[in-house]
Amino acid sequence: MNQHVTAQRADPVHIQPTGREDVIRLAGLKRRFGATPALDGVSLTVQKGEILGIIGRSGAGKSTLIRCLNGLERADSGEVFIEGREIGRLSERELQPLRRRIGMVFQHFNLLSAKTVEENVALPLKIEGRPRAERLARAAELLQLVGLSEKAKAYPASLSGGQKQRVGIARALAARPALLLSDEATSALDPETTRSILALLKDINSRLGLTILLITHEMEVIRSIADRVAVIDAGRIVEEGAVWQVFANPKSEITRSLLSSIRPQLPPEIATRLVPGEGAETILRIDVAGETARGALLSDLAAAVPGQFRLVQGGVDHVQGQPVGTLFLAVAGAEATHLARVTTFLNDRGARVEVLGHVAGLV
Amino acid sequence: MSPVLFELLLRSIWETVLMTGASALISLVFGLPLGLALVATDRGGIAESLWVNRSLGAIINGFRSVPFIILLVALIPVTRLIVGTSIGTWAAIVPLSIAATPYYARIAEVSLREVDHGLIEAARAMGGNRWTIIREVLVPEALPGIVAGFTVTLVTLVGASAMAGAIGAGGLGDLAIRYGYQRFETSVMVAVVVVLIVLVCGIQWIGDRLVARLDHRG
Repeated sequence: MNQHVTAQRADPVHIQPTGREDVIRLAGLKRRFGATPALDGVSLTVQKGEILGIIGRSGAGKSTLIRCLNGLERADSGEVFIEGREIGRLSERELQPLRRRIGMVFQHFNLLSAKTVEENVALPLKIEGRPRAERLARAAELLQLVGLSEKAKAYPASLSGGQKQRVGIARALAARPALLLSDEATSALDPETTRSILALLKDINSRLGLTILLITHEMEVIRSIADRVAVIDAGRIVEEGAVWQVFANPKSEITRSLLSSIRPQLPPEIATRLVPGEGAETILRIDVAGETARGALLSDLAAAVPGQFRLVQGGVDHVQGQPVGTLFLAVAGAEATHLARVTTFLNDRGARVEVLGHVAGLV
Repeated sequence: MSPVLFELLLRSIWETVLMTGASALISLVFGLPLGLALVATDRGGIAESLWVNRSLGAIINGFRSVPFIILLVALIPVTRLIVGTSIGTWAAIVPLSIAATPYYARIAEVSLREVDHGLIEAARAMGGNRWTIIREVLVPEALPGIVAGFTVTLVTLVGASAMAGAIGAGGLGDLAIRYGYQRFETSVMVAVVVVLIVLVCGIQWIGDRLVARLDHRG
């Protein structure tokens, strides 16, 4: 009750109307450290119940961005709306009740070593001033959710990395937040543990309808759980959209580069032999997604255009239930009219085609 | 050793324990908040105020740079004001506490500073205020170091209390000087040294045990 009163008082007089379901709305957020801009005009929205992944290289401004969302970091200019409230002008004291609506999970877990697992999970409730019995009951419930009930009385030092992050997630959920921020939550974990932690986050998202904003430098994380992705580079959002669409049709160089770790690439032994102009075979890169990838594209191509086609590399992945694929096709010959027919056919079917070059002999 | 000397030894042990224990407790009560203040007001701290930080630091350094024997004499007026007399065991507790407080404040500061900044950030992200951070993060996380530092302070005070004989405070050091050294009572000297060794080892042992029990950092 008390907290509610505080929140009321902290509310700015002018409540800005935002989209009803926007949990986060950022408008022209800027922050610089010395001469270098960490955020250079970031605008984006996160809707209730969705998982937005923000990806970028280290130093791209991800950490600054996520820390602006709960006021751990202050923006120089621009606006941050959390559930319709602008938080930029709130004092540290006014931010405190708001932060209880936002759970945060950290790369290095940040569990208190002097407290047991259940005390760690119950800490946000202790901060809220909840009675001990209620705190312990909620901690037990959350430890059950993350599958660590038997570790309630253990200290964090005795847990594995994955278990520590489960405790971190349970703690972030303790105060029933409206939003979960995940700051590179899986970056300190091995691939298998990463998968289980991501599955847990996805499960929480669908079961509790919790909105999640996560930052990462790994496309695999985005691929596994995000609904939408925003690519950040040098403090700007360079690309944004549904994950499968960005995967299928990356527009910026940085996105392509970040995707290269999980998408098929032309093997280096072929790539280094590519020459422009003439050659025995022409190498094409064909990007397909959605309906195009579901159809019998290659057999249709062979039926429509005479000639020899060889698949040298490629694969079709399923992202958000949508097929997204990249194929590297070797076409016999390098004759321009022939290649134009192939390209036109593929383009007409919705595939993106790029002529990468020619190889002298068979590869 | 004569029964008289033995009784004197017992009384001296009590005086040393009293002086050391009382001044150590006082230095804990004042030194720990001082250490917290030093960490909190420093750059990037939870209550950053460089002006306060530098001033506190200068005062602490000032007290720490005065040799204890000088402090003992210089503080006589202060002692008289607080205790009512400037001689005896209780009178010695004042300069001992005043010397030990800044010493302990620095030791506590080191332990508090070692607390991972990520933990403070996590507490802030949960909506904790400064007091929460101190109570739930800084002090509990630094507790093993705070206790280990208290052990060091206690042992240092056992040594410093030997000088308090200069203002008639008694204690084991005083006994060793007046009987063991000046009156050539070798048995007293040996007894005092043995008692001091046992005392210091005992303090250290208990301190180490406590730290081991409190430390869950793995």
